[in-house]
Amino acid sequence: MTDVQPAETSREPGSRPLWRSLLTHALLIAFSFAMLYPILWMLSASFRPTEEIFSSTSLIPSQLRVESYPEGWFGLRVSFGQFFANSMVIAVLSVIGNVVACSLAAFAFARLQFPWKNFWFALMLGTLMLPYHVTLIPQYVLFLNLGWVDTILPLVVPKFMATDAFFIFLMVQFFRGIPKELDEAARMDGCSPFRIYWKIILPLSLPVLATAAIFSFLWTWDDFFGPLIYLNSMQDYTVQLGLRSFIDATGQSNWSGLFAMSILSLLPVFLLFIFFQRLLIDGIATTGMK
Amino acid sequence: MSSQSDPPAYSAAAAAPLVMRNGPRARLTRMLGPSGAAYVFLFPWLAGFLILTAGPALYSLYLSFTDYDLITPPRWAGMDNYVRIATNDPTFQDAVRVTLTFVLLSVPLKLAVALGVAMLLNRGLRGLTIYRAIFYLPSLLGTSVAIAVLWRQLFAADGLINNLLLGVGIQGPSWISSPDTALYTLVILAVWQFGSPMIIFLAGLRQIPADIYEAARMDGASKSRQFWRITLPMLTPVVFFNAIVQTIDAFKAFTPAFIISGGTGGPINSTLFYTLYLYQEAFGFFRMGYASALAWILLIMIALFTAFSFLTARYWVHYDD
Repeated sequence: MTDVQPAETSREPGSRPLWRSLLTHALLIAFSFAMLYPILWMLSASFRPTEEIFSSTSLIPSQLRVESYPEGWFGLRVSFGQFFANSMVIAVLSVIGNVVACSLAAFAFARLQFPWKNFWFALMLGTLMLPYHVTLIPQYVLFLNLGWVDTILPLVVPKFMATDAFFIFLMVQFFRGIPKELDEAARMDGCSPFRIYWKIILPLSLPVLATAAIFSFLWTWDDFFGPLIYLNSMQDYTVQLGLRSFIDATGQSNWSGLFAMSILSLLPVFLLFIFFQRLLIDGIATTGMK
Repeated sequence: MSSQSDPPAYSAAAAAPLVMRNGPRARLTRMLGPSGAAYVFLFPWLAGFLILTAGPALYSLYLSFTDYDLITPPRWAGMDNYVRIATNDPTFQDAVRVTLTFVLLSVPLKLAVALGVAMLLNRGLRGLTIYRAIFYLPSLLGTSVAIAVLWRQLFAADGLINNLLLGVGIQGPSWISSPDTALYTLVILAVWQFGSPMIIFLAGLRQIPADIYEAARMDGASKSRQFWRITLPMLTPVVFFNAIVQTIDAFKAFTPAFIISGGTGGPINSTLFYTLYLYQEAFGFFRMGYASALAWILLIMIALFTAFSFLTARYWVHYDD
């Protein structure tokens, strides 16, 4: 983002002395450090013996003890390997469901004409404001009657029905920016809407599809409430539920193992952040997502 | 504001091989007609909307007038649930008080920090991207159980914060297990995640034309006057947007309170967020009718807040036209 610098220098030509910008940097660096300190401390605590965790404020462990990781990994009767696999399956399926179902609906709203279009669009926007608690209990009853409780289906199937309307909204905005002439030319040549969707709109919308995919992954990965309600057997737990059980099972006794697993649970989020930072930040700036 | 205005990269070559007059799908379209085809695209969402959103919302409205424990069929109870909530449920009052305190403290603080940092970053500094990424990271990690676990340790009696305080000679209390302070640790956690409103503020600040400041400086307006008379008024649409999004989020907060209090909302209901109370009623005691009534009251609270914001917006939100 080099685009911000010229604007400011032209605004205040030569009026910002060096010491002031150094001061701002010092302030920002101190503040960044304070912000990250807890996370860095947790990282270092995961390599400490438990008895040292509660006495040290430094970021450098006195010894590098990697045993917390296997201890944490096998700390419950089901290993964290299983939890990570479960989380990954749920997250990947959710990403696929959201991208497919939301892009289909968004294409209809952005590009096709059909009766009641404005009515459905208004309802879709309305669901954005609806707190999920209002649908929570009947959905639970429904999934209970279908025999889906204690499976991943209640967590995944709704994604294939585009219940995360937010992504529809996001994609509609993007699709509307693609020149209409492209579809019209294709339609003249006899292209069906399905082909226009698949061959024109989707290939031109990779940035928004990627943004939706990444946010779907992050939200599903971090989701605690859904798995808490729908997954009962430890065999099916996600990483987030595994961490919760770890607290309950080991209490205060194995903090280093708990921290080790916490760090691992943050790792996929962190990696996505590193690789897709630009997409994430643009996504927020344009839409106001979390 | 930035990425969506970029023209998508397409080329004539990409559009060339599209011609296909008589494929099976084209025939299907002709059979369905144009609006039929549209409803094929809409089908997954429409089915989801009816089966998973609209239907359940109406059913939960019905359930809120019943007693229902999942085992025996719902039994009509009239206004009983609502009457009990309004007149005879001290826990509900605790939950509302805790939630409102949390919302009213965390949202303004978070927005103030977000705006302050955004303004610092908007001075054309080098390394903007790095700072912005660092400040955004907590927002991204914030809702996970791992961060709640960390917070539990930070503010424990022998946790990191108290160890740091001990370094300067202060014996800190047990923040998490004292009903006077437990909620504030959650407020701090929320404020720590100021990154996403900060990014939106930054985008908004860049929309303010530089020549307005130029003119103000010519007229000798001080920095603080420029802030109150230019920056803040020009930014009110963004403030408005951030305030609504963050407030709705704060009403719905769940995970940190659940993890930090071990699912109880304790000590002495001091972290009993509304959603946590609803969860306990529904999935702890299986009072599904009562929990449905709680859900509808949450909806009404959020709707009232939103309506209030929009109604007052014209007095304080500045629009260009």
